[in-house]
Amino acid sequence: MSKGEVVLLDCWASPFCLRAKIALAEKGVEYEARAENLFGGKKVPVLLHDGKPLCESTIIVNYIDETWPSPPLLPSCAFERAKARFWSDFIDKKYATYGKARARSPAKNEFIEILKQLEGALGEKDFFGGDSFGFVDVIAIPLTCWFYAVEEFGGFKVENECPKFSAWMNKCMQRETVARILPDPEKVYEFVIMLRNMFGIE
Amino acid sequence: MAEVKLHGTLLSPFVYRVIWALKLKGVPYEFVSEDLSNKSALLLKYNPVHKKIPVLVHGGKPVCESMVILQYIEETWPQNPSLMPNNPYDRAHARFWIKFAEDKGVAVWKMFRSTGQELQNTMKEALEMLQTVEEHGLGEKKFFNGDNIGLVDLAFGSIVYWLQVIEDAVGVKLFESHKFPRLHAWLENFKQVPIIEENLPNQDEMLVVFKRRREQLVASA
Repeated sequence: MSKGEVVLLDCWASPFCLRAKIALAEKGVEYEARAENLFGGKKVPVLLHDGKPLCESTIIVNYIDETWPSPPLLPSCAFERAKARFWSDFIDKKYATYGKARARSPAKNEFIEILKQLEGALGEKDFFGGDSFGFVDVIAIPLTCWFYAVEEFGGFKVENECPKFSAWMNKCMQRETVARILPDPEKVYEFVIMLRNMFGIE
Repeated sequence: MAEVKLHGTLLSPFVYRVIWALKLKGVPYEFVSEDLSNKSALLLKYNPVHKKIPVLVHGGKPVCESMVILQYIEETWPQNPSLMPNNPYDRAHARFWIKFAEDKGVAVWKMFRSTGQELQNTMKEALEMLQTVEEHGLGEKKFFNGDNIGLVDLAFGSIVYWLQVIEDAVGVKLFESHKFPRLHAWLENFKQVPIIEENLPNQDEMLVVFKRRREQLVASA
């Protein structure tokens, strides 16, 4: 299973680092995690494979999937892969719109609307790719540990507004890798409060 | 082979990326012209999330987002020629530049629609994008993909070729050859690839259309 030395430059609160960690864990790849200071200016995650660097979490997950093919994260059919890429791109575009607001929460309606669109992509399936945990699940699940903060500030519960999405989250959390790697949402909530104090957000 | 249809508009840089990819692979397709001011029921059915073109429909199944389409084309018709590197690390680098083109190329389209301070801001973003690509993207290679063009070249090809027309329509000058010698040389090589040369819209004709659109945008601003 080992194919050279793997190092991940990491930060515990970053959902993008979590994507890489979950992908590596799903593949059973051993790696060294080097903790970086979130405010140190360095961009994380960075994957170093035999010293060769790669950045951008979605690209890193794609690379991990190609380099250690089993079990596969992306589907084998080109059309299904295109759908996975489309939804991964959708998630990142929406995050770019709202996530850059430095811990300011998205408006409740916009947030629910995004989750409903993702529910549409899920349909009746257990996971985005079908029966198995796959690429889009890896891309999406780490962002959900920020939901508790969004719920607290917005005064609503994802479970009530988007039960299908909530059910998908629970299925992911039943995976050993996800349960082990995702930080406690309350810890993230405290971190968000700290960020808001730092940036003077009410 | 299942039928291939490309839904799009004329003069869209995103549509041209797909046209170039299909022609390079020798894949026959039917072009379906869409009126964006009056979107067809079919377009809304194929792309309910973004409601945009291009949409590639292969055997009745739709694929949306130009760079997702390009990767789909590469995977479905992998030979003749290959448009992505053949090892995972170089492919990851290609994907990085594809993402960069998508994220930062937006400045060029925004430039076309903006005036005043916003125009100054988008011009600055577009310049930064060009500088990064000039310094880090090409190296000493002829194309982003090496000796032959690939998906990254198609991504930047549409951005830079359209930028030349947008600059003129807006009345600014960003892409100067003394500032961006590598990119200028690359663009000349890109335009001389036979399939590209045969499938480039005429910049003078584009300018007429873009100038008119620009006047309308500025008037309603």
